[in-house]
Amino acid sequence: MPAQPEGGPAPRTGALPEEAAARAGAETFSAYVHVPYCRVRCGYCDFNTYTAEELGPGANREDYREQLGREIALSRRVLADTALASRPFDTVFFGGGTPTLLPAETLAGVLEDLRAGFGLAADAEVTTEANPDSVDAAYFRTLRSAGFTRVSLGMQSAVPHVLDVLDRTHDPARIGGVVAAAKEAGLQVSLDLIYGTPGESLADWRTSLEAVLAHRPDHVSAYSLIVEPGTRMGAQVRRGELPMPAEDDLADKYELADALLGEAGLQWYEVSNFATAPGSRCRHNLAYWRGADWWGYGPGAHSHIGGVRWWNAKHPRAWAGRLEQEASPAVGREVLDADTRALEEIMLALRVDGEYPLARLADSARPVIARLLAEGLLGAETVRTGRIHLTLRGRLLADGIVRELADHLR
Amino acid sequence: MSPQVSAEALKRIDVAGTDPALIRNFCIIAHIDHGKSTLADRMLQITGAVKPRDMRAQYLDRMDIERERGITIKSQAVRMPWEVDGTPHALNMIDTPGHVDFTYEVSRSLAACEGTLLLVDAAQGIEAQTLANLYLALENDLTIIPVLNKIDLPAAQPEKYAEELANLIGAEPEDVLRVSGKTGEGVEAVLDRIVTEINPPVGDPDAPSRAMIFDSVYDTYRGVVTYVRVVDGMLRSRERIEMLSTGTTHDLLEIGVSSPEPVPSKGLGVGEVGYLITGVKDVRQSKVGDTVTSARRPAEEPVAGYSEPKPMVFSGLFPIDGSDYPALRDALDKLKLNDAALVYEPETSVALGFGFRCGFLGLLHLEITRDRLEREFDLSLISTAPSVVYRVVMEDGSEHIVTNPSEYPEGKVAHVYEPMVRATVLTPSDYVGAVMELCQSKRGQMQGMDYLSEDRVELRYRLPLAEIVFDFFDQLKSRTKGYASLDYAEDGEDASALVKVDILLQGDQVDAFSAVVHKDKAYSYGVSMAGKLKELIPRQQFEVPVQAAVGSRIIARETIRAIRKDVLSKCYGGDISRKRKLLEKQKEGKKRMKMVGSVEVPQEAFIAALSSDDGKAEKK
Repeated sequence: MPAQPEGGPAPRTGALPEEAAARAGAETFSAYVHVPYCRVRCGYCDFNTYTAEELGPGANREDYREQLGREIALSRRVLADTALASRPFDTVFFGGGTPTLLPAETLAGVLEDLRAGFGLAADAEVTTEANPDSVDAAYFRTLRSAGFTRVSLGMQSAVPHVLDVLDRTHDPARIGGVVAAAKEAGLQVSLDLIYGTPGESLADWRTSLEAVLAHRPDHVSAYSLIVEPGTRMGAQVRRGELPMPAEDDLADKYELADALLGEAGLQWYEVSNFATAPGSRCRHNLAYWRGADWWGYGPGAHSHIGGVRWWNAKHPRAWAGRLEQEASPAVGREVLDADTRALEEIMLALRVDGEYPLARLADSARPVIARLLAEGLLGAETVRTGRIHLTLRGRLLADGIVRELADHLR
Repeated sequence: MSPQVSAEALKRIDVAGTDPALIRNFCIIAHIDHGKSTLADRMLQITGAVKPRDMRAQYLDRMDIERERGITIKSQAVRMPWEVDGTPHALNMIDTPGHVDFTYEVSRSLAACEGTLLLVDAAQGIEAQTLANLYLALENDLTIIPVLNKIDLPAAQPEKYAEELANLIGAEPEDVLRVSGKTGEGVEAVLDRIVTEINPPVGDPDAPSRAMIFDSVYDTYRGVVTYVRVVDGMLRSRERIEMLSTGTTHDLLEIGVSSPEPVPSKGLGVGEVGYLITGVKDVRQSKVGDTVTSARRPAEEPVAGYSEPKPMVFSGLFPIDGSDYPALRDALDKLKLNDAALVYEPETSVALGFGFRCGFLGLLHLEITRDRLEREFDLSLISTAPSVVYRVVMEDGSEHIVTNPSEYPEGKVAHVYEPMVRATVLTPSDYVGAVMELCQSKRGQMQGMDYLSEDRVELRYRLPLAEIVFDFFDQLKSRTKGYASLDYAEDGEDASALVKVDILLQGDQVDAFSAVVHKDKAYSYGVSMAGKLKELIPRQQFEVPVQAAVGSRIIARETIRAIRKDVLSKCYGGDISRKRKLLEKQKEGKKRMKMVGSVEVPQEAFIAALSSDDGKAEKK
């Protein structure tokens, strides 16, 4: 799993510097809740997650709500001390790990604690990631009545041999029933896909996309597989047991996804995310791309408030131990200076369709913009709206465009 | 070990007053791993020149690189007492450099001696460089004492190699001494033979003083230390001396002998070997081969054999970080103090930025210099493919000396001349065919072939230096399973059918990759370089043609296809810092990209393309 980034030390109290208060609050306010449990560890996964055996004593699922409660209390204290007006959450997102390994009542309880601490906006978006294996109609009903609005199902692929390589244990045939149950319960449904798994053909990927479309989701996330060093899959690729996904193959698959999803009415709004309508976009993810404020609860979670980023101790026991001592579980943080904030802004916002304003760029960027338009990497709307719209080719080369434009920040 | 020579007897060989008849000057000719330094260590111990508590391995090798590689780059002289039949003698051992690039320095070391040990590994037999140096010694009329070393090794074949040595020098196998530098066995007998067989030096004590410089070394604290062999007269402490080649004069601040630590004396008389310190800071003012004389009563005739060091191989050295350019200049200025053969001048490359065009005696000299720059001065460098010196005569009769392929003249070329070498290859007879094939493919002309023994053959070829500089040595080693050895010496120039091959990226010439090659090899050079660059240069947002051209004629082409995907989709659960750090790293990487037209070429691509297996020097 990835190491936490290097940063400065975080104060034991969790107190935020004054400048954070000055800059916070311009955008929405969100909560991310990290649930670090999985039944099995997938070979490609480098997220902060633990199976029951890996956890060891001192950190268990039964106490998890109580431990989160301590961090919620801490967040209330810290934000009050920073003289930030208390705001209700606009979005809440439960991610993992596998949040749905916890009983629906526990997730509902944690949401209740968040609501009690800060309140939820009337139109709040509340999402949980879910493993198709571990949910059913009753589970969804409980979530919905607790205030959840959305479920993001980790489908990954509809092709058995691809799921095998990913170590996913669910039966693809179950997805239809699970989606129907979620919709029945009144939840919006997002299906998450991974493309570029070693051994996945273009035809396999088409099968997965068609299966997804047959379930008529409101939203699709399509992430290309990244083989991370330190994962089991990383080791298999290094030893030559699995082929490394080829970049051109990934480009072909992204183009196919864009075409099939687009035909079915799912439009891209962020490089890897597609939605049927503006109202079904994932507002929580958009909050990340827009540099909004959020508090990340749970082991290893990252937070951002007003240009200050911090991250919690990764191991559940270390995280819980700090909270028990009434200390902040944060182990490192960064206070971003103006240049770094500007760099992060373009890095994040450029990926969102029509988000990044050309006004943020210096005059020296003009010939670069003109060239990118001429080469067909930026769409013509860019000029009309004054905000960057990437073309299909531009999306595939977005990081390179960021590197070029980052030399011309105002 | 207690000194063999008594304190009373030592007075008879006091430095300033030793009778030349009691002096023996000798050197050791050996291949680089045949145990010269270890034998020297034993001699220092047995003669008592170094006390046991001061002893360390390879005592005479000063630079780290020398100790690590087990080779001697610079020579040094040591005075050791040794008694035979009750008479004390002063033995001056002159440690010769052991590599092909330093032939001139070897020749001056030999000229300072009356005899030499021919030291050969009893498990390996004689090697080409040893043979070449042996011929040099024979030309200088030196007494040769054949010695087989490492007789303690299980693989030693003393009978076989004694016969080989005896054949070479016209002696009997029984005359070949057998020693083990490691255990010390036989070393005393070697010392005895030096006294009994090598002639004492002869000179005129009353003539104007003349001493030949055989080495000069820059010392941070003492300035240049010059090693000399006195031929006539006497050099005295505190007198003013003159360098005959330049006429410059210096005050002699200190004179003495190394035994092996410096011991100042009142002077050095006929036949003595020792050091001078004048306070000069640059070895160029104290050149190997030059004659030192007394400024008050200067000699008329220099000691014969002086010549200026002549760079044979050129390469551009560029700092990987452009801001290191001043540091590279300072470092070269410092190395130059101790290296009279190193020449350099500023060079600007479109692709590599600011650097220096450097001239070297040969490949090892190049490699050692680059190694020292990187190690001692903490510089990261790119060195361009080594090139020799071409003389290009145009149809209009004008002439260009080309040390850098990118400066090859445009226009109608009438003739191109390239430097040639006389190469000697020693190989087990099984590989004669493979070696001949290699030499043929490298445009060699066979000059002769001799059997040294039943299964060892000496092959003599005339070859273009450029071919040796390219990848000859690596190929020789790989085709003979490492058994063949090589020596070469310069041998004039020849007119050849040479052309310059340019490499173009998107139509723009990349100066660092231009090469002068034989016209029959232009195509294969072009194809291999274009292919290499295709692999090394990352895909760009547009298609990039890579071409090789001779003049305006394209001889090879590859295409780097446009990149299609350059975006990471994951966000690591809000870990924006990690993503930003990756971006910052990529931006840093972009700064280190060199722009060739609109193509971004990473430094690493230049390094990898230029430091292929081709043209690597001997690594020992």
